[in-house]
Amino acid sequence: MITARINGFTVKVPEGTTILDAARKAQIKIPTLCQHPDLPSKSSCGICIVKAKGINKMLRACCTPIEKDMDIITHDEELTEIRRTVLELILSKHPNECLTCARNHFCELQQLTAEFGIREESFPKIEPYVPYDDSTKAISVDRRKCILCGRCVDVCQKTQSVWALSFLERGINARVAPAGDITLNESPCVRCGQCSAHCPTGAIVEHDDTAKVWKALQDPEIHCVIQIAPAVRVAVGDLLGYPPGTNLTHKLYAAFRRLGFDAVFDTNFGADVTIMEEGSEFVERFTKHPNQLPLLTSCCPAWVDFVEKYHHDMVQHLSSCKSPHQIVGALAKTYYAKKMRHAPEKIFVVSIMPCTAKKYEISRCEEMSASGYQDVDVSLTTRELARMIHQSGINFAELVDEEADSILGEYTGAATIFGVTGGVMEAALRTAYYVLTGGKRANIELDNVRGFNGIKEGALLINGITVKVAVVHGLGNVAYVLDRVRKAKENNEELPYHFIEVMACPGGCIAGGGQPYGVTNEIRTARANGLYQDDRSCAIRYSHENPLVRQLYSEYIESPLSERAHHLFHTKYTALDEYKK
Amino acid sequence: MENKPLTDTIEPTENQDAVVAALAEKWRDKKGSLIMALHDVQSHYGYIPRDVARKLAPQLNVPLARIYEVSTFYNYFRLTPPGKHVINVCMGTACYLKGAPELIEEIESLLGIKEGQTTSDGLFQLEVVRCLGCCGLAPVKTIDGEVHAKMTRKQVAEIIAKYK
Repeated sequence: MITARINGFTVKVPEGTTILDAARKAQIKIPTLCQHPDLPSKSSCGICIVKAKGINKMLRACCTPIEKDMDIITHDEELTEIRRTVLELILSKHPNECLTCARNHFCELQQLTAEFGIREESFPKIEPYVPYDDSTKAISVDRRKCILCGRCVDVCQKTQSVWALSFLERGINARVAPAGDITLNESPCVRCGQCSAHCPTGAIVEHDDTAKVWKALQDPEIHCVIQIAPAVRVAVGDLLGYPPGTNLTHKLYAAFRRLGFDAVFDTNFGADVTIMEEGSEFVERFTKHPNQLPLLTSCCPAWVDFVEKYHHDMVQHLSSCKSPHQIVGALAKTYYAKKMRHAPEKIFVVSIMPCTAKKYEISRCEEMSASGYQDVDVSLTTRELARMIHQSGINFAELVDEEADSILGEYTGAATIFGVTGGVMEAALRTAYYVLTGGKRANIELDNVRGFNGIKEGALLINGITVKVAVVHGLGNVAYVLDRVRKAKENNEELPYHFIEVMACPGGCIAGGGQPYGVTNEIRTARANGLYQDDRSCAIRYSHENPLVRQLYSEYIESPLSERAHHLFHTKYTALDEYKK
Repeated sequence: MENKPLTDTIEPTENQDAVVAALAEKWRDKKGSLIMALHDVQSHYGYIPRDVARKLAPQLNVPLARIYEVSTFYNYFRLTPPGKHVINVCMGTACYLKGAPELIEEIESLLGIKEGQTTSDGLFQLEVVRCLGCCGLAPVKTIDGEVHAKMTRKQVAEIIAKYK
């Protein structure tokens, strides 16, 4: 531990702590626009400068470790003046479009400008022409609003190892763009949206699809149904005045009806179906086709896209099972439509997802129209949902809990943990264990696949055979696991893993690219706890015991992996070029 | 930089895949060798063609984005083929004060290109350089090394027309 002084107060922090973090511990906020707790410091904005007694130059607090007996000044007239100048220089290159910006109210630059009370622009405006890139229809890039902090580049290259974004040129011409200034859609972008979640301004935001939903809601001919992903229920509260991790499932159901939806479903129902299918697929491969192992989960469309672009030899290992919301979409326009006598072409399915990649997934291939129509019409992010709730004037806090609508609404504890890293694996193993042994493990919870280590490994003894699993989140962690598999296959050795779960975003969907801004590990933990609590409070915690899933199979699907199951619940993958251009 | 026509450095029949493979063989597994490899590409082709960069990236185990970060960071690297005639406009202090910015504006509008670009017919390439060392002649530009002194907008148009 190191003892030092900040603004006259003594602080005691571990060695290596930056001045910025040490100040936070002393309840002092040093402003910064480039530093993000998820990422290494880039020291690109220069706003976090501080003074240290006895040191002639000013120090950047974000990347300078505090030293023993340092005497730091974080705020004085001169520092404020310098910070103000840096801000004014940034503003000289930034359009004044706050009112119509997607980040209005949530912009770190806007916030800081307000705190500094800047009332006029001191420098002439430079607004170079840069093309707007909305090519992915999932993430929209407006480079005029970019302040070159480098967070998106770091998260794209280091955290995700996707390398869609890069820093091109330098000085006044420096810009963030894919290699060769092609569009994002022509680049290897997997649309995970982590760039948008880390951007401090409105330069990278989700593609807004709310207008399509409002239009459908206004049309009396259309039967609008909605479904909500597990991770949304514990995150949307951030934007509705609740503490992080608050589970709002039943208030959300009530809000959906007030928004005008005719039926309220839950993606968690689809997650239970996913386990029936993917769990059976695993058991099938594990017992009959061990050469087709390991099985890779396929719920995360950014991960699937990543495999299709970067790991061609692994495409065949992806589970053919669709993601839960696609299953609910397909069922809404077939099973539900038939049962409730609705014309499928008049059903409009809206998915509320923590994710920007889901916007791409809904039309990624013809299997996403298994019902004969596009199964999911629109996929909105959590942020878009919050805007719709605010816009509609619903007094959310006063809403009374309601239930989802029958046949595609009920869920088990196994389904709700799909939203957090390790959850899909845990849910699948609960059912796989039952299918293989006919019994249940004494401890239903699998601790070694929980938590936020980038790579988690576990083994489960089933019928005297060890099932080895890996759980990965953050695409940058994938290479290690896949390389181990490749090496074992090359040398004809025993596989290191039989079943691998991957979620593209660090922490899983709870911290997805479409979630409310400002995610930190504390918030990830609160949201994960919210989902694990939801699991514990469910009377049924095994997907195969969901009574409505059982009804679905007995009435309509027959059995997992049946012909109809294949048609509605499964898809195909192809190797794709990293670059289209 | 001497402006060599493309035909001097590359055999028209030469196979691009073979060139890339040879380059990859030479530089693979050598740490920090990307700049050297890009030098080789540019000295071979006169610039860094995108299809060469795309083929080279996986063979060097370097993301294409990194290749573009490096090749756009350094002024030396070109991403477009060099022009037949290279126009250098001096933007040293004296030339700047004597009207170099207007010269550049004129050339850009005459040729329809920006600084650092080549015309679509491959005839002209426009570069802006720092002091050429003849401040008494400001503003100065050179075409293929030949110095043109005390330039006006009108003269620029006349001289360029001679090269067409």
